[in-house]
Amino acid sequence: MSLSDKDKAAVKALWAKISPKADDIGAEALGRMLTVYPQTKTYFAHWADLSPGSGPVKKHGKVIMGAVGDAVSKIDDLVGGLASLSELHASKLRVDPANFKILAHNVIVVIGMLFPGDFPPEVHMSVDKFFQNLALALSEKYR
Amino acid sequence: MVVWTDQERACIQDIFSKLNYEVAGPKALQRALIVYPWTQRYFASFGNLYNAEAIMSNPKVAAHGVVVLHGLDRAMKNMDDIKNTYAELSVLHSEKLHVDPDNFRLLADCLTIVIAANMGTSFTADVQAAWQKFLAVVVSALRRQYH
Repeated sequence: MSLSDKDKAAVKALWAKISPKADDIGAEALGRMLTVYPQTKTYFAHWADLSPGSGPVKKHGKVIMGAVGDAVSKIDDLVGGLASLSELHASKLRVDPANFKILAHNVIVVIGMLFPGDFPPEVHMSVDKFFQNLALALSEKYR
Repeated sequence: MVVWTDQERACIQDIFSKLNYEVAGPKALQRALIVYPWTQRYFASFGNLYNAEAIMSNPKVAAHGVVVLHGLDRAMKNMDDIKNTYAELSVLHSEKLHVDPDNFRLLADCLTIVIAANMGTSFTADVQAAWQKFLAVVVSALRRQYH
């Protein structure tokens, strides 16, 4: 399900609106993922504090949304643009790609929560497709 | 058997008490049909689903959204035995409607977004966890009679 020009425009327009709150969105989404899908905590056993709003969660939420913003700017070539990030996830982090869907769901819930007026179904669809393509690009180097 | 904590029960009751079935049901179904267009395959008799505007103004879609939410209401009122409460519904979805059970999760996710948008920041991580656990039980019960 590749991104149409309309999808790309919708994602960029939404990103422009939400990027000022990107750090908060990232922290919220990550905290929710760890709470609602406890199996994802297995990847963060090395953190002192896994509770929503904790230092490590906030810090890492910021890292993740930074990468999402980067992906938005590289939306015309996600596979090429995210090559090194894919390498990292494939060889070092080895996150099961099923979890990308889980994190995407939680980012979408937070966007819907914080920006209800900017997230009608058509925009939701484009964003869902974007995250799907992002996940695909991220898992490109896995095997 | 599903074990519910008091906190989870309270969460679910609270969400439903704040829910306007006539608004949230249609919104959730419209969203599913737009975000996951292949779900439209089950609604060929609903008339014009040609584009987002058509879906949002389609009265049959809206009516069915309300039906779905009343179905969830029954689960909420029978939280300790959703499995049996939904036995007939499960048979219906499997043998008469022939719905791929993966679609239940898609609709559930759309309903979660609608509720999150409605509740704003009071839809905390713990509330989301309880709500998604409830939906997971519902989806599991709906799948149960498939063979």
